[in-house]
Amino acid sequence: MTGKTIMKQLLTFVKKEFHHILRDTRSMLVLLGLPIVQLLIFGFAITNETRNVNIAVLNNSKDQATQNIISKIESSKYFDVYETLTSNDQIEKAFKTGKIRVAVVFQQNFQNELAHSNKAQIQIIADGSDPNQATTLINYLSTIIMEYQNELNQQSNLPYTINTEMRMLYNPELKGAYSSVPGVMGMILLLISTMMTSIAIVKEKELGTMEILLVSPMKPALVILSKVIPYFIVSLINIATILLLSVFILGMPIQGSIFLLIAVTILYIFCALSLGLLISTITNSQLAAMLISLLGLMLPVVMLSGYAFPVANMPLVLQVLSNIVPAKWYIIMVKSVMIKGIGIAGIWKESLIISGMTLFFLLISIKRFKIRL
Amino acid sequence: MNREIVIRTEKLTKKFGDFVAVDEVSFEVYKGEIFGFLGANGAGKTTAMKMLIGISKPSYGNAQIGGFDVYKQTEQIKKNIGYMSQKFSLYEDLTIKENIRLFGGIYGLTDKEIETKSEALINKLNLSNEANKVVSSLPLGWKQKLAFSIAILHEPKIVFLDEPTGGVDPITRRQFWDMIYEAAHNGITIFVTTHYMDEAEYCDRVSIMVDGVITALNSPKGLKEKYKAETMEEVFVMLARSAKRGE
Repeated sequence: MTGKTIMKQLLTFVKKEFHHILRDTRSMLVLLGLPIVQLLIFGFAITNETRNVNIAVLNNSKDQATQNIISKIESSKYFDVYETLTSNDQIEKAFKTGKIRVAVVFQQNFQNELAHSNKAQIQIIADGSDPNQATTLINYLSTIIMEYQNELNQQSNLPYTINTEMRMLYNPELKGAYSSVPGVMGMILLLISTMMTSIAIVKEKELGTMEILLVSPMKPALVILSKVIPYFIVSLINIATILLLSVFILGMPIQGSIFLLIAVTILYIFCALSLGLLISTITNSQLAAMLISLLGLMLPVVMLSGYAFPVANMPLVLQVLSNIVPAKWYIIMVKSVMIKGIGIAGIWKESLIISGMTLFFLLISIKRFKIRL
Repeated sequence: MNREIVIRTEKLTKKFGDFVAVDEVSFEVYKGEIFGFLGANGAGKTTAMKMLIGISKPSYGNAQIGGFDVYKQTEQIKKNIGYMSQKFSLYEDLTIKENIRLFGGIYGLTDKEIETKSEALINKLNLSNEANKVVSSLPLGWKQKLAFSIAILHEPKIVFLDEPTGGVDPITRRQFWDMIYEAAHNGITIFVTTHYMDEAEYCDRVSIMVDGVITALNSPKGLKEKYKAETMEEVFVMLARSAKRGE
């Protein structure tokens, strides 16, 4: 078989594969629309940022200092004073209405205590039913109160003052997009490359056309390659969409080299494609391929990749398990390059791991593919 | 007989563990012949056929297809055979023309060859109005005729048909067999499995497989005489009744 015939076989087959994709409007919508929808949902709607949270204030002191603190809290973009309470037993009632998330309680004689004993107390009560948000809110409030304290110290010109200044490196405004963009990239590419390729290959088996192809002079490897190429191209289109959206709509700049980012992404796409190949060798039905891709891949990606929940807080077993999730390493790389602007020197280990995984998946697929014949 | 042999098997065997699916099968098929390969479900027909078309390796035994060895020359075999499976073998979401172009490309035909052949094929099947419609919009009989035409598009020496007429009405089946006769007349050897005994009567020679072994091989006329039967169906039932393998 000459190189020319092989090229012709490849081109004819890739063209046929694009016909399949383009004629199936529903798949098209999923393939190209899903990344956009996902990114917008995770980037805008579901966000860890907290803004304009309603709080209640119980001011038992009513003096200049407490007024200053309250107006400082009110003027921050994070909090709105929703109601002013007059007694302790109103606090719980206020929480039960569900309108407020935090209550701030000033002790009696706040200013006096502050001026004379240098020690005044503010109690912050947060709604613990959502622990993550409660922690965030308490942190914000503490920062605001600390700022006030610092201002006071400067006025009194004490010889020793300790200024604590908090800065969120790389993401000063704590934008949600910074964690959702890498996560969505890791998830979407896996979904499209792995699930769609495995389904496309298994579909040929289910329809019986795979048999016809295996009887034809076309080499099995060439059949697989031409099935993979279109999804590789679709994945590249998705990457372009995601990056454009995140830079121009979600306002998340790419700090590092865009070429490096694209390079590691292509590496990850290879990994996802080879995983899709592997799945296609272990099942003969499209439904099974879809379920394996969804349950076997999506769940680990969401749960274990560190995208939704920090890996460091997981039980040891899950931490170890998270290492076999390719998305975990990819998300680390995307964050490093995109947010921190780190070069290849900082992510070589992760790239090596993903390359290793790709090779592993490919080897098993090839072995299994031969056994089946 | 001095006819050219295009398929020759000697003690061709396929085992799956202890189970012997095809048990030392030996036969010859001549050029331009319509060879019916019969057998009840589970008799080993499909397994035997898979070995002949090169997608399953024999456990032992020899076979030559078009003069090429099934162990060493699978690539040459693939170029010289056509295949139509019992599952419908075209792409439903591609048009007739696109299917022709695809399989032409896979079998290494040039663009020019594909163009002329596709035009001839479409005219012959009276499909010029449907040429740019997707295959799924065609009735089953037309699809089968189209699939057969595409299976012999690259002018193979032998075409293997695995229950090609399943689910097709009698008139279309008759038309389908006319196409088979025509192909055979043009020198293409036809190797066909079927469940329809009236179709067995159309074959030049018929082999009947029972439990992995070929128990009878002759012309339909010869078989009927030997077993003193009126129809091929009686012959088949007589032989297949002795089968011990269930489904």
